[in-house]
Amino acid sequence: MDFLTLIQVLDSTIRLALPLLLACLAGLFSERAGIFDIGLEGKMLFAAFFSAAVAAMTGSVWLGLLAGIAASMVLSGIHGLASITFRGNQLISGVAINFLAAGLTVLIAQDWFQQGGRTPSLMGAGRFNPVTLPGALTKTVEIKEASAPMQLYSELLSGHSILVYLGLLCVPLTWWVLFRTRFGLRLRAVGENPAAVDTAGISVVRLRFAAVAICGLLCGIAGAYLSTALQAGFVKDMSAGRGFIALAALIFAKWRPWHALYACLLFGFLQALALRPDLITNLTGMTVQVQLLDALPYILTVVILAGFVGKAIPPRAGGEPYVKER
Amino acid sequence: MTFMRTLLGAAAGTALLSGAALADPAIIYDLGGKFDKSFNESAFNGATRWAEETGGKFAEVELQSDAQREQALRRFAESGANPIVMAGFSFASALEEVAGDYPDTKFAIIDMVVDAPNVKSVVFNEHEGSYLVGMMAAQASKTGTVSFIGGMDIPLIRKFACGYAQGAKAANPDVAIIQNMTGTTPAAWNDPVKGTELTKAQISQGSDVVFAAAGGTGVGVLQAAADEDILSIGVDSNQNYLHPGKVLTSMLKRVDVAVYNAMKEGEDLTTGFTAMGLGADGVGYAVDDNNASLVTAEMTAALEEAKAAIIAGDIVVHDYMSDNSCPVE
Repeated sequence: MDFLTLIQVLDSTIRLALPLLLACLAGLFSERAGIFDIGLEGKMLFAAFFSAAVAAMTGSVWLGLLAGIAASMVLSGIHGLASITFRGNQLISGVAINFLAAGLTVLIAQDWFQQGGRTPSLMGAGRFNPVTLPGALTKTVEIKEASAPMQLYSELLSGHSILVYLGLLCVPLTWWVLFRTRFGLRLRAVGENPAAVDTAGISVVRLRFAAVAICGLLCGIAGAYLSTALQAGFVKDMSAGRGFIALAALIFAKWRPWHALYACLLFGFLQALALRPDLITNLTGMTVQVQLLDALPYILTVVILAGFVGKAIPPRAGGEPYVKER
Repeated sequence: MTFMRTLLGAAAGTALLSGAALADPAIIYDLGGKFDKSFNESAFNGATRWAEETGGKFAEVELQSDAQREQALRRFAESGANPIVMAGFSFASALEEVAGDYPDTKFAIIDMVVDAPNVKSVVFNEHEGSYLVGMMAAQASKTGTVSFIGGMDIPLIRKFACGYAQGAKAANPDVAIIQNMTGTTPAAWNDPVKGTELTKAQISQGSDVVFAAAGGTGVGVLQAAADEDILSIGVDSNQNYLHPGKVLTSMLKRVDVAVYNAMKEGEDLTTGFTAMGLGADGVGYAVDDNNASLVTAEMTAALEEAKAAIIAGDIVVHDYMSDNSCPVE
C-alpha cells in the first residue's frame, strides 16, 4: 500500500467516523446523566430529513442545520418527557423514537415533495461544500503528483466540510465541560447518584433535561452532516444503523470523550477498509470477507462487554428514573 | 421493518382495497415504494399509461413490510381484482402459497419465475442491457478502469455486474473492472452515504465510469460521480436527468412495458414464462438530451451492432444466474 492510498483510506475514515463521533458524544452526555438513549438513530434520521428539507426550500444550508437541530431536539424533548417527567422506561421510549422517525420522515417527505420519500437534490449554498485550507490542492491529479506532506495536507486535512472540523472540536469541548466545569461535575453526579445531587439542592430533573437537550443538539448536527454535507439530500432510512454503531462505540469507549474519538475513528477505519477489499487482499495475501469487517465494531463491543479488555461500567444510575423520596 | 409502518401500511391497504371494483387490475409495489425513481416507479408508470390509454382504473398498494405480501395478494384476489401484478422477485414465495387458492384469478410476477397454471412470470435479460452499457463505459473511460456498485449482494445484482464486465471487456479487452457490493442486508438499498464512499474509493483506484445498480444507494453514487467530475450510469428507469451531462447513460429495464402489457391483456392474460430481452425492447440503454453530448456516434454504432448481434444470437452474454458464476472478473 503506497502512502497516497493510506491517506485516501484515512480521509474516508474521517468522513465515515464523523457522524458516529457526533452521535457518540450525544449519547455520552445523555448516558452520563443517567438517561440511556437508543434513539440516537431516530434523531439523526429526523435531523437529516429536516435539515435537507429546509435547505431545499430556503436554499440556505445554515437554516437547514438549525432546522435539523430543532427537529432532533423535539425528539429529545419527547424522550425527556417520557423518561424523566413521567419516569417511563428509557429503552422503550428510545425504540419508539426510532420508529417514529423512520415513519414520519418518509411520510412528511412524500407530502411535501412527492418524490418518493426523498428531498430534492441540494445545490450550491444548499449544502455544506468542502472547505479548502489555504494552499491546499483540490484536484486528484495534482495531489497524486505532490510531495508526501502536501498529500497529507491536501487530501487528509483539507477538503472536509466545516462540520467535520466542528465535530472534532466537540471532543475537547465535551471533555472540558464534563470534567472541568461545575455543570459537568453535577451532570456526572446525577448519573451516578441522583439522590446526592438532590440532597445538595440541585434539580435532578433540570440537569437531566439539559443533558438530553445537548444530546439532541449533537444528534442534529450529525444528521445534518449526513444529508447536507456527505449527501445532497435525504433518502429514506439513510442513517442506516449508524446510531447503533455509535452506541457500540460509546460502550467501547467506556463513556469517556477522548476514547469516544478513538473508538469512532477505529470503527470508521474498519468501514473505510471494507470499501477497499483489494487492499486487504494485497496486504494479507488472503481474501477477507467484507461482511466480517462490517461486523467487527459489534464483535469488538461484545469482547469489551465480556470483560476481556477491561470492564465497561456504565453510569450507576443509568436507565433508572429518579424518584424523590417522601 | 417497523410497527409504525405496519400500522400505516395496513391502514393504507384497507383504504385502497375497499375501493377496488370488480375485475379491475391491481398492482402491488415492492418495499422500495412507488416513487423510488427506479424499479417501482417504472411499474407505476406502466400502470398509469394503461389507465390513461384505456380510461380504466387500477387498484394499487405499497407494501411496508415483508409480512404483508401474502395478505395483500389475498385481499386483492378476494376483492375480485384481475389480473394482479407484482413488481419484485420477493413476491415469489407468497405467490406460490396463494396462486393455487384462486384458480380463476390471473397473476403476473416480475423478476421471478413461479410455476403455476394461472401465473405469468416476466423476467428481464438484465445481463444483455448491462453488456451494452458496459461497452459504452469502456469506450468512454479515459483511464481504462471502470467500476460497478451493487446494492444488496444477491444473484440478480451479480447478473448486472457480470453482464457489465463482459460488455466492458468486449469493447476494450485491457479494461480493468472494479466491483463492490454495498452490503448483505436490505439496508444496502438505502445507504447513499456508503454509496458515495464506495464511489470515492473506486475513483482513487482509477475508475472514471461507475455503474450503480443499487436502488436508493445509487443516488449517492451518482451524486459523488457528479461532484468528482467522473461519469456514472443509472439503472432501471432513465436517470440521465438527475445530473445532466454527468450521467453517461442509464441501463433501462422496461418494467413499465411488462406491467402495461399484463394490464392490457387483462383477464385473458397469457400465463407462463416470458423473458424480455433486447429483442422485445425489455432492456436497453437511454439516450436523451441530458447525455447527448457524452454519447458519440462511434459508441452508438458499436452498441447497435452488438445489440443486433445479441438479438441474432451471434453474441451470447453469459447469465450469472444460470450457473452462479461469471466468466470475466
